Amino acid sequence: MRAAVLQFPGSNCDQDALHALRGPVGIEAEYVWHSETSLQGFDLVFVPGGFSYGDYLRCGAIAARSPIMQAVVAHAEAGGYVIGVCNGFQVLCESGLLPGALLLNRDQKFICEDVWLRAENTRSPWTSGVKGLIRIPIAHGEGRYAAHAEDLKMLNEEGRVAFRYVNAEGEAAEEANVNGSAESIAGVLSANGRVLGMMPHPERACLPLLGGVDGLQILSWLGSA
Amino acid sequence: MRVPRGLWANPGRMDEWARIEDMPLVRVTVMLKPDLLDSAGRAVADSLHRMGFDSVSQARIGRVVELKVAEVNEEAIRSMASRLLANPVTEDWTYEVVE
Repeated sequence: MRAAVLQFPGSNCDQDALHALRGPVGIEAEYVWHSETSLQGFDLVFVPGGFSYGDYLRCGAIAARSPIMQAVVAHAEAGGYVIGVCNGFQVLCESGLLPGALLLNRDQKFICEDVWLRAENTRSPWTSGVKGLIRIPIAHGEGRYAAHAEDLKMLNEEGRVAFRYVNAEGEAAEEANVNGSAESIAGVLSANGRVLGMMPHPERACLPLLGGVDGLQILSWLGSA
Repeated sequence: MRVPRGLWANPGRMDEWARIEDMPLVRVTVMLKPDLLDSAGRAVADSLHRMGFDSVSQARIGRVVELKVAEVNEEAIRSMASRLLANPVTEDWTYEVVE
């Protein structure tokens, strides 16, 4: 399993992603600059967090129209694996690989804290390794997931909701939904389950030094794929 | 008629500057769809209330993109608006041509 960690002008979680993939997850990983046009030889594309293009126009809007994204879409359509974290999730929604969009947090504040997540299905390798609730950090100002009613219905019916924000008891209670996302959705999957977009940062929860290793329940399968 | 390359790097070319001033302006306005919570707009309305403007019942914030175009091509404008300037999932847009 070889991973490409994309870099856009303004990405700032690319180093965390590379470090997590090469270290605790244990796979080959390299940076790929946004103006490249080929993903030849890569099995996984990691679209990292940050403020690509300064969030100009809309978060992830300009990055989603970067040259490399055509290759990412082709990679996904050919059955390749993709994970978009935070700004990466925004980029995947803007590029049309995932439904919906991310809006300004309900209370307009940038939220930087650990949250509990519940995996909503076991059909995808991204979710099937998650046992019970996991504690993952979030750090975002525009993380409120929104989608058309028909898309929310489809996501639920097709088992494409990956994670929801929950409280310590595992309930998707209102207080646990800190950014106001529709149906407390924290992450969604593509139809084939190989493309994941999520606002929380699993790559920041892979080392005991950083406060927790629950992120490995989402990422470690890559090391044995 | 295209915008001459290198114009921005060489503003001394005043004759070419004049052409941009003469070009039509297209003003694209992008707003969140009405059924979506505009949390920034809500913050502005709250702030206006605190300033004493009780008559404001709602504030919503959008984005205006002004384009100078060599010629007004409505199909191209619609394409620009729906493919980049607005996110059709969450935003509606309108445009006007300001000659």
